[in-house]
Amino acid sequence: MSKAAVKEHHEPWVHMVKRPAIDKKKAWLIRGIALLGALLTGALLILLLGHNPLEVYASMVNGAFGKKISIQETVKVTIPLLVTGIGIALAFKMRFWNIGAEGQILVGATAATAVVVYGESIPQVPRLILMALAAILAGGLYGMIPAFFKAKWNTNETLFTLMLNYIAIQFIMFLAYQPGWQAEGTTFPKIRTFDAASRLPKVFGVHIGWIIALVIVAAAYIYLTRTKQGYEISVVGESTNTARYAGMNVKKIIIRTMFLSAALAGIVGFLQVAGADGTLTESTAGGVGFTAITVAWLAKMNPFAMILVSLFIAVLQRGSSSIQTSHGIPASAASLLTGLILFFMLGCEFFINYQLIFRKRGKENANG
Amino acid sequence: MENTIRNAVEMRNVTKTFGSVVANHQVHLELREGEILAILGENGSGKTTLMNMLSGIYYPDNGEIYVHGREVSIRAPKDAFDLGIGMIHQHFKLVDVLTAAENIVLGLPGGTQVNRKALAERIRDISSKYGFTIDPDKKIYNMSVSEKQTVEIVKVLYRGADILILDEPTAVLTPQETEKLFRILKAMKKDGKAIIIITHKLHEVLSVSDRVAILRKGEYIATVETAEADRQSLTEMMVGRSVSLAIARPESEHKHECLRVTSLTCLNSEGIKALDNVSFEAFGGEILGVAGIAGSGQKELCEALTGLYPVKEGAILYHNEIDGVAVVENLVGKTPDEIIRRGISMAFVPEDRLGMGLVASMNMIDNVMLKNYKKSRSPFVDRRTPKEVSERLIRQLQIVTPDVYTPIRLLSGGNVQKVLLGREIDCNPALLIVAYPVRGLDINSSHTIYDLLNEQKQKGVAILFIGEDLDVLMEISDRIMVLCGGKVSGIVDPRVTTKEEIGLLMVQVKESGKEEIPNE
Repeated sequence: MSKAAVKEHHEPWVHMVKRPAIDKKKAWLIRGIALLGALLTGALLILLLGHNPLEVYASMVNGAFGKKISIQETVKVTIPLLVTGIGIALAFKMRFWNIGAEGQILVGATAATAVVVYGESIPQVPRLILMALAAILAGGLYGMIPAFFKAKWNTNETLFTLMLNYIAIQFIMFLAYQPGWQAEGTTFPKIRTFDAASRLPKVFGVHIGWIIALVIVAAAYIYLTRTKQGYEISVVGESTNTARYAGMNVKKIIIRTMFLSAALAGIVGFLQVAGADGTLTESTAGGVGFTAITVAWLAKMNPFAMILVSLFIAVLQRGSSSIQTSHGIPASAASLLTGLILFFMLGCEFFINYQLIFRKRGKENANG
Repeated sequence: MENTIRNAVEMRNVTKTFGSVVANHQVHLELREGEILAILGENGSGKTTLMNMLSGIYYPDNGEIYVHGREVSIRAPKDAFDLGIGMIHQHFKLVDVLTAAENIVLGLPGGTQVNRKALAERIRDISSKYGFTIDPDKKIYNMSVSEKQTVEIVKVLYRGADILILDEPTAVLTPQETEKLFRILKAMKKDGKAIIIITHKLHEVLSVSDRVAILRKGEYIATVETAEADRQSLTEMMVGRSVSLAIARPESEHKHECLRVTSLTCLNSEGIKALDNVSFEAFGGEILGVAGIAGSGQKELCEALTGLYPVKEGAILYHNEIDGVAVVENLVGKTPDEIIRRGISMAFVPEDRLGMGLVASMNMIDNVMLKNYKKSRSPFVDRRTPKEVSERLIRQLQIVTPDVYTPIRLLSGGNVQKVLLGREIDCNPALLIVAYPVRGLDINSSHTIYDLLNEQKQKGVAILFIGEDLDVLMEISDRIMVLCGGKVSGIVDPRVTTKEEIGLLMVQVKESGKEEIPNE
């Protein structure tokens, strides 16, 4: 009698099983395969547009690292991603989904600009320090609003922080019309360009924000792993019940951590206006607040890993803008390429955590 | 008797692995028609996994399953239903706002119209046939645990199941309700149904089953006739060696009042009294057992005592000693942090070990320092002392772990509990509150925990033991306080009280049964 006639049902074609623990080598192998897959898929896209994929990829790398100036530009893009990523990681470690970094950057930038507008007589060094402090305070307080409501009435922080982004953007558009803020000699809604005394000095051709960023990386690492407050963040993130049981003041910890998280975003605002841009616009944050979520997540909240991840994303961004000019590939296709690579990189985490088991072919079991 | 006994279910060489964990390894199982088969095994022996494969929740890696002699492949719960297999899970799967009848027909094919009269008629038929009492129009949220369980069983029968699997059905029942359930199971057996009951309570196995299949660490050990087995022989097969089942109740000399709770009342988030006028005393050198059906206020009591649950009325008076002077402090209104800072040495082993007592993803060092990380003034955490404590606990309590850096969630249930209890005992408490300390633990680990508690008791610690297994409570406690619906329905001496009396107190508050609280 044939087996098929006896069996009424068939084993499912594929089912997934959680991996117990994967060794590091295998995990990196999977990540490597994912990157290769992303590049191959991207190559198809480039072919479809009528270009040579190899040339385009070479031009991307070239655009990010080819000349001294392109390296400097890449670093400039890395800095805000890195610092914001660390800020976001503080909140995310506590399971507080702060997606309002964009707004917190802008509020920090606005506060720094206010010092420029109202403190023209202050000399450079104290002025820059004052700008930084204003940015930290403003950003931090802006982040404390949703934290306060979360702690007090358990409001949804995701929606709350998201909505605050729009308020910050609109506020800058409003400021662009205000006397003192608006650039002189124009009716165009544009905030004035900073004078030299309001700009950060450069080291190796890039504003000193990169040194500040590296200091923040080390400080954040120590804060998260060695201090009592860092320990409290981890416990609250795992379980507020455990935190309460251990005698922690959960509300205080939520508010304090969100202040720090948003203050880091505020610093980014300061670095952007005083370092990179020299002025304030509603695109000062330019999506950094959202891209930094990817940075924090891909780096698994580890500050040092975030250096690599933010650099990687900066290279992608710089590279894709370079192929726009060199190959005439439209901006949308370039961002599609970036998206593809990120999709593969994030997607491969699934295969690191899970294993797919396929039905064994021609299973011969002797019975009956 | 007929000369051929037909098998309702036969499982051959069934293997199931989760990652590197082998949950079932080449397990055999035979369930005859018209019998009650008990599956006996310690936690983690693979009982539930095996049954989940029969009910279509998991799919076996290897092996064959035969139902009524035909080889089948059960891929989804629906396949199991079609084969007449019905499982009653430990955690009920009912819709609270619907009635019993609505829950019973939920998800069945047929139009949107339900003929309520015919439906009620059929439910009554099934009920009278096996001796259930069920009101088809009663909403689930108005039902007691045992009524909900009845609905689950009727639901399965209504769908025409002739093979029933009950996963630890008595864990939530009082002794009286358990007896009633067993009568029903026996009636169904007479009707030719094949029944599997998963349990780890030996006396239940002996009183209800025809045969017992024993699993140990995922392996099939044997199937024996219940009539030829006893407690000792079953335990030996289950554990793999002979163990003593007796729990000691040592006498302690220094008894002194440690805690006095008067008229404690707490409201839950809906404004309903979770604790209602609870009064009792706890003495050092004594284990005060707390019995009650699940959800009778045990959790709220523990959390109110430890400052985690808001108190509406009443007092929690703790006998403290500050600089050698005895003072009585009222803990009502104090936060856990204040309680720790005032030097009140109270330890609490909560029911939810990994969700409240410990942090699952953290290693042992970080878990050991959870309650006293604030002690030093420095902003940095000191991990050296907790590391030493961890290493000492591993030695003293024989905790099985690769090292102190392994995340707690990777440890077995017994070792997790040892870490938690070890940490709490290490702070030398005067009052120790333990909630369901042996739930999910194997016999060996359970006895280690009992010994640890008795050791603390003899040191003069007052222990509040919230338990679910009445047999254990009656053996280990010096007094038992019974909770029912948030009220104290009685405080009894287990040496002179029967299990049935406690069972009655669990379901009704008798004014006469209430012990007078002596006033000094």
